[in-house]
Amino acid sequence: MSRFQRLLASSIGAKVGMAVTGILLSFFVIGHLMGNLLVYQGRQAVNDYAAFLKGLGPWLWVVRAGLLSVFVLHIVLAIQLKRRNRAARTVGYAKDHVNVATVASRYMVLTGMCVLAFVLLHLAHFTLGWIDPATHAVTEKVIQGGVEIERHDVYQMVVAGFRQPVYVVIYVVAMVLLGTHLFHGLQSLFQTLGVRHPGYTPTIVRVCRLVAVALSAGYISIPVGVLLGLTGAEGAS
Amino acid sequence: MQDMRLKLHIWRQAGPEAQGALRTYEVTANEHMSFLEMLDVLNQDLIEKGEEPVAFEHDCREGICGTCNMVIDGRPHGPQKGTTACQLHMRAFKDGDEIHVEPWRATAFPIIKDLVVDRAPFDRIIASGGFVSVNTGAAQDANEIPVPKADADDAFSYAACIGCGACVAACKNASAMLFTAAKFAHLEKLPQGRVESERRALAMVEQHDAEGFGACTNQYECEAVCPKEISVTSIAMLNKAYRSAVLKTRETV
Amino acid sequence: MQLDSKIPSGPIEKKWDNRRFELKLVNPANKRKYKVLVVGTGLAGGSAAATLGELGYQVEAFTFHDSPRRAHSIAAQGGINAAKNYKGDGDSVFRLFYDTVKGGDFRAREANVYRLAQVSVNIIDQCVAQGVPFAREYGGYLDNRSFGGAQVSRTFYARGQTGQQLLIGCYQALERQVKAGTVKMRTRKEMLDVVVVDGEAKGIITRDLVTGQIERHYGDAVVLATGGYGNVFYLSTNAMNCNVTAAFRAYRRGAAFANPCYTQIHPTCIPVSGDYQSKLTLMSESLRNDGRIWVPKKAGDKRAASDIPESERDYYLERKYPSFGNLSPRDIASRAAKEVCDEGRGVGPGGLGVYLDFADSIRRLGEDTIRARYGNLFQMYEKITGENPYRVPMRIYPAVHYTMGGLWVDYNLMTTIPGLYAIGEANFSDHGANRLGASALMQGLADGYFVLPYTIGDYLATQKPGAVGVDHAAFAEAENEVRARTERLLSVNGSRTVDSFHRELGKLIWDHCGMARTADGLRDALQKIPALREEFYGDVRVPGSGAALNQELEKAGRVADFMEFGELMCLDALTREESAGGHFRSEHQTEDGEAQRDDENYCHVAAWEYTGYGQKPNEHREPLVFENVKLAVRSYK
Repeated sequence: MSRFQRLLASSIGAKVGMAVTGILLSFFVIGHLMGNLLVYQGRQAVNDYAAFLKGLGPWLWVVRAGLLSVFVLHIVLAIQLKRRNRAARTVGYAKDHVNVATVASRYMVLTGMCVLAFVLLHLAHFTLGWIDPATHAVTEKVIQGGVEIERHDVYQMVVAGFRQPVYVVIYVVAMVLLGTHLFHGLQSLFQTLGVRHPGYTPTIVRVCRLVAVALSAGYISIPVGVLLGLTGAEGAS
Repeated sequence: MQDMRLKLHIWRQAGPEAQGALRTYEVTANEHMSFLEMLDVLNQDLIEKGEEPVAFEHDCREGICGTCNMVIDGRPHGPQKGTTACQLHMRAFKDGDEIHVEPWRATAFPIIKDLVVDRAPFDRIIASGGFVSVNTGAAQDANEIPVPKADADDAFSYAACIGCGACVAACKNASAMLFTAAKFAHLEKLPQGRVESERRALAMVEQHDAEGFGACTNQYECEAVCPKEISVTSIAMLNKAYRSAVLKTRETV
Repeated sequence: MQLDSKIPSGPIEKKWDNRRFELKLVNPANKRKYKVLVVGTGLAGGSAAATLGELGYQVEAFTFHDSPRRAHSIAAQGGINAAKNYKGDGDSVFRLFYDTVKGGDFRAREANVYRLAQVSVNIIDQCVAQGVPFAREYGGYLDNRSFGGAQVSRTFYARGQTGQQLLIGCYQALERQVKAGTVKMRTRKEMLDVVVVDGEAKGIITRDLVTGQIERHYGDAVVLATGGYGNVFYLSTNAMNCNVTAAFRAYRRGAAFANPCYTQIHPTCIPVSGDYQSKLTLMSESLRNDGRIWVPKKAGDKRAASDIPESERDYYLERKYPSFGNLSPRDIASRAAKEVCDEGRGVGPGGLGVYLDFADSIRRLGEDTIRARYGNLFQMYEKITGENPYRVPMRIYPAVHYTMGGLWVDYNLMTTIPGLYAIGEANFSDHGANRLGASALMQGLADGYFVLPYTIGDYLATQKPGAVGVDHAAFAEAENEVRARTERLLSVNGSRTVDSFHRELGKLIWDHCGMARTADGLRDALQKIPALREEFYGDVRVPGSGAALNQELEKAGRVADFMEFGELMCLDALTREESAGGHFRSEHQTEDGEAQRDDENYCHVAAWEYTGYGQKPNEHREPLVFENVKLAVRSYK
């Protein structure tokens, strides 16, 4: 058994794995939001950014593969922990009482599964275009280096997508759940990694929770903004 | 002194393999009794009526031996913070209350009878590494190594653990991390204990896992119910020490 | 029966060295062939089992608890004495020895006490090395506090939980040996008899408290570390399960029982609040460092404490014993409290209480300092009484706390049954007629870590390991007796609960053999106890069966033994026509009400030999010789 296997097989090590993958996934969540917020700068900013990503070519696939394995590891460890935890108490209390556990902390598996479902839906929706092909299949023509090229009009896709209330509802709910997941997860990972001190832990917890709420709000602002017409004016109806 | 009439729902289970169930009893208590004295009154009643008394564990009744263990209305040791069931007094309840009394629930703590469970896994966790390897007579003078007062006080606050298992009972994952970490942190804070830190972290965590306790999920229910109010800072210490021990150890893995 | 105390020759400071040299040794390679049974896992038993394991013996350790960590040593609050003289305030081995002999009212064996004082320093070293978090000063060095009966600060402490911390240190050492395979831990097993083969102890009979099985265990030697018998009073500061059964069974098999009438009444306990009360809670003696004890000067004064002006308060300990004041020894402070309550000056419901007042200290040192020193004790007081001792004075009253009497042992800690040892509170050896505060922990650990592991080898070296097996007839006989006793208790099926009998017995003993004893009262008790015992065997109700966990059956067996033991206690108290330490005979007091010893006739240990159920036991006397401390009237004035 290698050191890493030994680590990940233990209850503490599995949590360390959750924490480390959680950090990486959080970086992705932050980065992705940065990209998304370009909507507020208009069509060109969004579509330039999309084209830049696509232009990474094989590097994009490296990043995607890395992201996928982190995501899978996060899920596999979650399953491993859940099985251990479920086996550790098979009979519950007739009368239960919660003292200090936050709602977020009590539903990590549920919020996590919802986020997973949402990620799959989101990929099918905006990345692969399986759900709403008509909205997905939009392009724009731009002049680049004196040559006119046709590229994916991500801006139009997003705006058109979020002008349909059903998607807005799905995305808003999903982002609330993601925020809930992070509300516990972000601050919790410091404890798991052994960073705790009576002096600065309260601040860490507050900042982490604030970040979770801010991320959630940032994501939610886009579909809601589009639906209410606060942004997305450049998009064709 | 006002009498209080109470309705108790108590878990009764004849033996380890028997089917258990909550049974309802009525008892008259007063506010000066401890919770266990109220159960004594019930038991005397039951015996006089020809029924079997409720089996529950208790010994010192001063909140220090860690023997008493029961979940009262969903809370290990009951509603009063920093208090064991034996030190909980009936003034925390009022006339007419209905109270649920259940055993610690954890796969690692099988029920022996009624409210009595087997907490032997705790001894095995200590045996795995919760000690300093010093034989009798091998010690140097006690004042040879000065220990900063703050460290000694911290060590004491972790060593105050009474091994009752409330942390396990309260944790939704029935994790014994607070118990394990309290012992680790106690010894980690002292120069005498630090010598074996790496071995101890590895052995204790792996014994904890082997006993079938769940993983810590950082909700801190354990800290909230701990009758000795032991801090979850100990768990952070153990998390860090275990991780670094696995990665650094020269033991054959 | 011959009492040979086997005190070593030579001057007192050389005796232990001489003895260690004389003792026969067991070759290290042979040690693993010997099996030692240790019953009880408190400070004495736990430390003995761990140390014997380290030495390489095969050890089996027994406890009726679910874990060795639960033993009642855990509840000791205040501290542990040691002659370290870290304070440079004039302490020494000789002074600790002297204070202990004097504190014990000159009824302890000098040589034992001196050894205790000698090894006290090693105990602290050992405990610190184990990681016991004693209180420290800012410089990082160990702190000390003062305790009753001493004018030096020699008490090491870990907040108000010293016993807990020492026991956990010892428990860790024990579990280390469990892991190493030298000690087999037998939890939830209660010892119900000693097996004596050809006059020597070779095993025990236990009942498994979970399965109800009666089991035989063989050992080349047996060590009893089963604590004291304070629960004979029903209400005491002992844990609910503390009992005399193991020691009493040994007594029935031929071990002499010494000085059973020496019981310690602790002056500072929380008063009784009602008849449902199951036990009493001690408030550490260390509180007397900063608390002042008083009652109103007027009898029947029902005013609240704060309404009684300074001039109408009687700080009776400070008044009567100006040089020791509130830190007078326990027996003296307890009796003084009883006196003022008997005069009708007691406070609180029922008038059985005196004030322990911190108002002066809080004014002088601030509430924070007091909280740092006694925070957990104040908290405990508030939990139990619902009163805040930072605002109103505590109410305290004496309660049974410790028993100095116990199985008679020689200097090597062996009882009158060869191969059977008794250590810690279970023996009688070191405290005489009164124990000083913070000395019980010291004695338990001294016996377990530093004395028994040496002396037991002297016996084992003469034994062929594993000479008799559990199939020996003596095992069968003892097992059958245990079975018969258990079945008898289960078959009565009378109308009264075990607790009701225990409560009645306890009250009888408290009234007649408590803080003050009279010949008439004791004779009365000696009439009533056998009658109560007959009623017990005719009318007790023990529900359930013997084949499973049955807490009522456990209690019934223990109470049955208390029923016989209580009689022995009263007999000893009646026979000792003097007052000494915890044994106060009202007929024997000085004009100002102090205990009056009779050194001419009673300067001895009374060791009782069992002669049969309901028969009067034989008294044997071990004379006490004082060569190093002059017999004097104990004065704390």
